[in-house]
Amino acid sequence: MKAFTDLYTALDETTKTNEKIAAMKSYFESASPEDSAWAIYFLTGRKPKQLMQIPKLVALAVAAAGVPGWMFAESYDAVGDTAETIALLLPDSTKTSELPLSDWVENRLLPLRGATEQEQIDSVLEAWQELNDQQRFIWNKLLTGAFRVGVSQQLVIRALSLVSKIEPAVVAHRLMGTWEPTAEFYQHLMEPDTKDTDISRPYPFYLAYPFENDLPVLGEVSEWQAEWKWDGIRSQLIRRGGQSFIWSRGEELISDRFPELIEESVLLPDGTVIDGEILPWKEANVLPFSQLQLRIGRKNVSKKMMEDVPVIIMAYDLLEFGGVDIRDRALVERRELLERLLRGLSCSSDPAQLTIAESDKAAPFCQRLSERLRISPKVEVDSWEALSESRNHSRSLNVEGLMLKRLSSPYKVGRQRGDWWKWKVNPFTMDAVLIYAQRGSGKRASLYTDYTFGLWDNGKLVPVAKAYSGLTDEEIRQVDLFVRQNTLEKFGPVRTVKPELVFELAFEGIAKSTRHKSGIAVRFPRMLRWRTDKPANEADTLETVQALL
Amino acid sequence: MVEFAKPAANYDITNSVSTPDLVKLTDAGLYCEYGDFYIDPWRPVGRAIITHAHADHARPGNTHYLAAAPGKRLLSTRLEPNSSIQTVEYGEAIKIGEVTVSLHSAGHVLGSAQIRIEKDGEVWVVSGDYKTEEDATCAAFELVPCHTFITESTFGLPIFRWKPQQTVFDEINKWWRSNQEAGKTSLLFGYALGKAQRILSGVDATIGPIYTHGAVEKVTQAYRDSGIALPDTQYVGTAPKGTKYSGSLIVAPPSAQATPWTRVFGTVSTAFASGWMRIRGTRRRKSMDRGFVLSDHADWVALNQVIRDTGAEHVIVTHGYAAEMVRWLNEGGIKASSFSTKFEGERDELQPTDQDSESTEESSETDSGIGAANMQDEADLAPTTRTAAAAAAADVPRFF
Repeated sequence: MKAFTDLYTALDETTKTNEKIAAMKSYFESASPEDSAWAIYFLTGRKPKQLMQIPKLVALAVAAAGVPGWMFAESYDAVGDTAETIALLLPDSTKTSELPLSDWVENRLLPLRGATEQEQIDSVLEAWQELNDQQRFIWNKLLTGAFRVGVSQQLVIRALSLVSKIEPAVVAHRLMGTWEPTAEFYQHLMEPDTKDTDISRPYPFYLAYPFENDLPVLGEVSEWQAEWKWDGIRSQLIRRGGQSFIWSRGEELISDRFPELIEESVLLPDGTVIDGEILPWKEANVLPFSQLQLRIGRKNVSKKMMEDVPVIIMAYDLLEFGGVDIRDRALVERRELLERLLRGLSCSSDPAQLTIAESDKAAPFCQRLSERLRISPKVEVDSWEALSESRNHSRSLNVEGLMLKRLSSPYKVGRQRGDWWKWKVNPFTMDAVLIYAQRGSGKRASLYTDYTFGLWDNGKLVPVAKAYSGLTDEEIRQVDLFVRQNTLEKFGPVRTVKPELVFELAFEGIAKSTRHKSGIAVRFPRMLRWRTDKPANEADTLETVQALL
Repeated sequence: MVEFAKPAANYDITNSVSTPDLVKLTDAGLYCEYGDFYIDPWRPVGRAIITHAHADHARPGNTHYLAAAPGKRLLSTRLEPNSSIQTVEYGEAIKIGEVTVSLHSAGHVLGSAQIRIEKDGEVWVVSGDYKTEEDATCAAFELVPCHTFITESTFGLPIFRWKPQQTVFDEINKWWRSNQEAGKTSLLFGYALGKAQRILSGVDATIGPIYTHGAVEKVTQAYRDSGIALPDTQYVGTAPKGTKYSGSLIVAPPSAQATPWTRVFGTVSTAFASGWMRIRGTRRRKSMDRGFVLSDHADWVALNQVIRDTGAEHVIVTHGYAAEMVRWLNEGGIKASSFSTKFEGERDELQPTDQDSESTEESSETDSGIGAANMQDEADLAPTTRTAAAAAAADVPRFF
């Protein structure tokens, strides 16, 4: 716990990437495999299922600190983090724990789950007594499941790679999916022999960067492959050892949500991994993403649901074929293999045999192995102008824009610039009025940063969207001041403010909604800019925005 | 004229009617009608007693000033040239109108004072800002028993508890040394008046050279001129071109952060010394490498201790976490209320480090070129108002 607390402090005390990596490296070099495994588990944002109810924990802290409950609320308002508020309120500590992290987690933290209330109280009070101030904070963080320290999984991977001398991509691969944070896991993670055998394990996704430039900077159009940017769940379909798995980009195993895809996947040969997008699809058309959301929420997918919202995989890429990792081959080669595979043609992973046999060339392109396993069509153009023109059709096709991929590109790891770009259509926009505000948390603790916006409807403002992002720190400060000085009413943490400030909001989609007063739900709303030039009465009406439906 | 805010509902008001209000809240500030003077007024008045030289307490434009003697030189650098400033020693009693007034050390910054006002045996004390831990840059806090205590509450939440300052100085020294070993310059931000000098007096000056921002240097010189011993510092502005700052400590006001001024120092590690650094969120929002929890204000424990030890029957909270402190005291059986001033409410939470008294002085740092936080207050002092007030007070003699 001591070394891990020091690591947290070191990570928290610097904003520099290299110093963060160095701190993690030195931790992994000296920590036991058990401790390292748990450290990785927490640093990569994993957390145990709820161990103890937060209100009970707060009640315990309030009693230990000898302050009334309302004082906790006021303190929390200033701090913006439950774990930290508790640590700051508890009487000063006189002890420091030398016990290792794994000991604390396995013998103290995890047993809280399912323990009786009295056992929980005894255990937590005992822990607070044994830990020093900073250790208590870390302990509370682990306990409340809110452990975040500003390192990305990528940084953890880079540190582990430095310690083990193993390629970052291999480390990333080994960290995917579900694993138990044990000494064995850590030893396997650091194993120099990289022929991993776990059949369910997906590859790290390669993610595109937003393209915000002029097309000609990309060079010749002939060096690029353009596809539609589909709006679904980015996933990998894995067929290995007679079994199938579907992983989401969020590294969640979602096979059981899509039984019809698992069923179809038996058509694929063993040792195949496809990267694609799960889409709600009826006849020849993609359905709105909101339809798919209805399915994601359910653990058990009913027959009716499968009929109402049928899904397909729109395949983008082939990562593994014939049990061979082909990610380092050029996109043009992988695509050719993918097409052959999904058109049901004979193919080989041997690059020498990649050319399509003359007899196969005659096979119609529409020929498919399965209706549910489709190939993402290319957008064939011979000039950037034509491509730009194609992009304008995105909305009518229900896609988000275009993907641009360099034909010679390997399948990389994570979000990287250069070879893959997403070129979205410009978002929808509306000018809406700030009507409610709430405080943020973490770095934005005690500032009013979470806003609700309204549109005019018969002389009244109807709430249509919440947005948190898009303003500069300086703008946030100004809006915060406005909120404080123009509060009309308070409902708990929410303030109703004088309807005066107008913001241009961007959003990606709009759908009917019975759950919202306005009758619409907008997707991914965020603030584009503060319309200081616009008085509130000139903001948009609900009617105008509804017209986008 | 605004009266006291109503006492909390659960307090029986009937037993407080017999005693006179020695200090009232007016549009211009805290006012003693029996002596016809103000304490730290925010609008120009005839006679102003100043608790200390921070910009939110010592404003220009008043006709006559009264302050504690040890802070005279410092105060004069903060007001218009040739301002009429009279001083008294700590504890020296003077008669002003119907009241007896004396100033007592508040331990906040050089020359800081609590104002004690007595009339017919009734004693009120206005604390200004205060700190109970002793430090080398100013006289120690003096506890002044009273009937009514008008107190600050900048850090009036139980989450604000300070470590002994030596622990903090040890942390600062350690940080400086390790930066030095890494070939970095240590850039430490702290308010130019008070905090910066306390840092200078507390760090281990044998580690390396210490440089200062102009705003810090100016105040530091005023401290030295007032007889406070501080280690040698070199003003960055007069350092020869091509000076190698690596390994040195640079003390600067927060407003200098991320300005072109910091560019010449090479690879720096930045840190901020403030009570607000107790909270991780404010630490991260400042985008500094380190935050040292060092405040010139009383922490939660000290506020409670002082309030209790004054023996006051009534406590009036002026700024900071006022509502919280009032409720806490009332629930604990101490009658408390607050002044509803324009400084009250959430202003200090808003951007704690830009709004409270610990910070507003940064706005008067002309050298830094940034005076945003105080612009609003300056606007209140429109020239016409000032002249009128000055004219009205023209026949008022010297302070006493």
